[in-house]
Amino acid sequence: MRRQIPFGLVFIFGIFMVFQFFVPHEKSEWVYEFLLDWIIVIGIFALALGIWSLFKVSVEKIKQGKEGGNYSYITLVGLYMMMAFGFTQQTGDGWGLYFLWIMLCSACIVSLMRLRASTDSGKKRMWALASGGLLVAAVLVAIFDDAWAFFLYTPEGLENSMFEIFFDHIMMPILATMFSLLAFYIASAAYRAFRARNVLASLLLLAALLVMSRFNPFIPGAEYVANASNWLMNVPNLAAQRAIVIGIGLGIVGTALKIILGIERGYMGRG
Amino acid sequence: MAHLGVIISMLVIFGGLAWLLFRSIKGREVERRVIFVFIFVAVAAPILFPITFEEHASPVVKGLFDHIDTLPPGSRVLISFDYDPAMAPEVQPMANAISFHCLDRGHKVVFMSLWATGQTLLFNTLEDVIRPEFPDLIDGVDFISTGYKAGNEGVLNVIVSDFKKMFPTDVNGVPLDSVPIFDEINSCADFDLIVALGGGRPGPKEWVLFVGDPADVPIGVGVAAVVAPQLYPYYPRQIIGMLGGVKGAAEYESELAHRHERFKNMAQPGLKMMGPQTLAHIVIICFIVIGNVAFFRSRRRKGN
Repeated sequence: MRRQIPFGLVFIFGIFMVFQFFVPHEKSEWVYEFLLDWIIVIGIFALALGIWSLFKVSVEKIKQGKEGGNYSYITLVGLYMMMAFGFTQQTGDGWGLYFLWIMLCSACIVSLMRLRASTDSGKKRMWALASGGLLVAAVLVAIFDDAWAFFLYTPEGLENSMFEIFFDHIMMPILATMFSLLAFYIASAAYRAFRARNVLASLLLLAALLVMSRFNPFIPGAEYVANASNWLMNVPNLAAQRAIVIGIGLGIVGTALKIILGIERGYMGRG
Repeated sequence: MAHLGVIISMLVIFGGLAWLLFRSIKGREVERRVIFVFIFVAVAAPILFPITFEEHASPVVKGLFDHIDTLPPGSRVLISFDYDPAMAPEVQPMANAISFHCLDRGHKVVFMSLWATGQTLLFNTLEDVIRPEFPDLIDGVDFISTGYKAGNEGVLNVIVSDFKKMFPTDVNGVPLDSVPIFDEINSCADFDLIVALGGGRPGPKEWVLFVGDPADVPIGVGVAAVVAPQLYPYYPRQIIGMLGGVKGAAEYESELAHRHERFKNMAQPGLKMMGPQTLAHIVIICFIVIGNVAFFRSRRRKGN
């Protein structure tokens, strides 16, 4: 039964969604939107599951003493801090004990990770006491400090200056840097890959040079190069992309049918 | 001083490349580290000593520009910020320019995001462009931000028939039923134009599949350069115009500066970024040539 019920549900809802698309009735639309709401609800539960999974994986890394395991502390403290900034905002001019609260909560998370990672019972007790003490202290600070407050239902937290500072000055440069590093690897890869080894490689080389030259005002005959490049993008590229899109679409239909009919069961795991 | 800097940088870069070409004629390969150094100098030099080029809008960029320009004032435009900080250097200049253009033309603009990180970037556009440039425009009357909504394609599937069901309030918690801009907007079909900015999933492609086609609303897109070729199959029927990467942003800014005097005095990050990008492309093209010279020389040697 553990396998039959999910297969049955997948079959019923899969068939329903296929036919619903062709039935523009009000009730059919209502059921469709109701099911879409469920997708969002399930997505939000998956978010909680994801955070728990991240915590477990991080703790496991520390437990096994893997290289770079200490970065797991930064991962989880960073995750917590952004969440905390997003749900809190100052109510007056000063911050009061806000940063102490952040520190206490961060220390509590580190203690919890150490508690989960410890195998020795004495150390476990010590980390449990530390976690409990830090949690109580953090709760007391949150209750008695009036300089800031929680905003769980309204987006005041997004205007928290700490949230903005961390997002604008830490997250944005980090992600932009990661993306920018591609320029170095692309240059290195272009040097090694674009070589006229045979006819097909020569065509690839020519196409790459034309498309790159399109951006360049110094190239002689820039207008002709731009026209040739536009033709490459609008004709051969378009034809190939359309073929790929249609191929992917047919592939999706085939895979969906296999899942609905219970032929493809990979999504069930080993269970 | 800036000119001297540009000249010295060019001499260093192209002198070095000429030396590498000379080495490659002898059949020597270039080390990866050397390529990295050249790319670094090619990108850093135009940032330190700015080089700008004149840009002209290509037909694919002009498609979106002209559509926004010819819509009658008061038209309803939806702009979705579906990207993260990694894509922001390429896409944020487009977002700022398109938002400015729409509001300058007197359109009513609704901002939203399908990415959690997009909401903060949307907030940056509001703070950096809209509030300083249009202090007289009223939030809720001339423009509004509905913020981020989780659910990816699910959100699109709902707002295509009922916008307020998925976004009952704006980002500040004000009910959409009470804001004038939403008086005549019930679903995505009520918009005159949708601009999808991004490059990941959900992104412009999902807007075309789940909203543009079913609701028959014109869609314009602004995407990271790597994604642009994948969207050509939808142009020009399902996508009226497309801005691809920094080049697309620069072309749009250039067209905006030509036709809207006010924009000339504003920051034009897309045009500024074309300097480093152009020089980096020249260096890459030179390295491809050097690589081929070294390849043919080494093949001839092996043949002998």
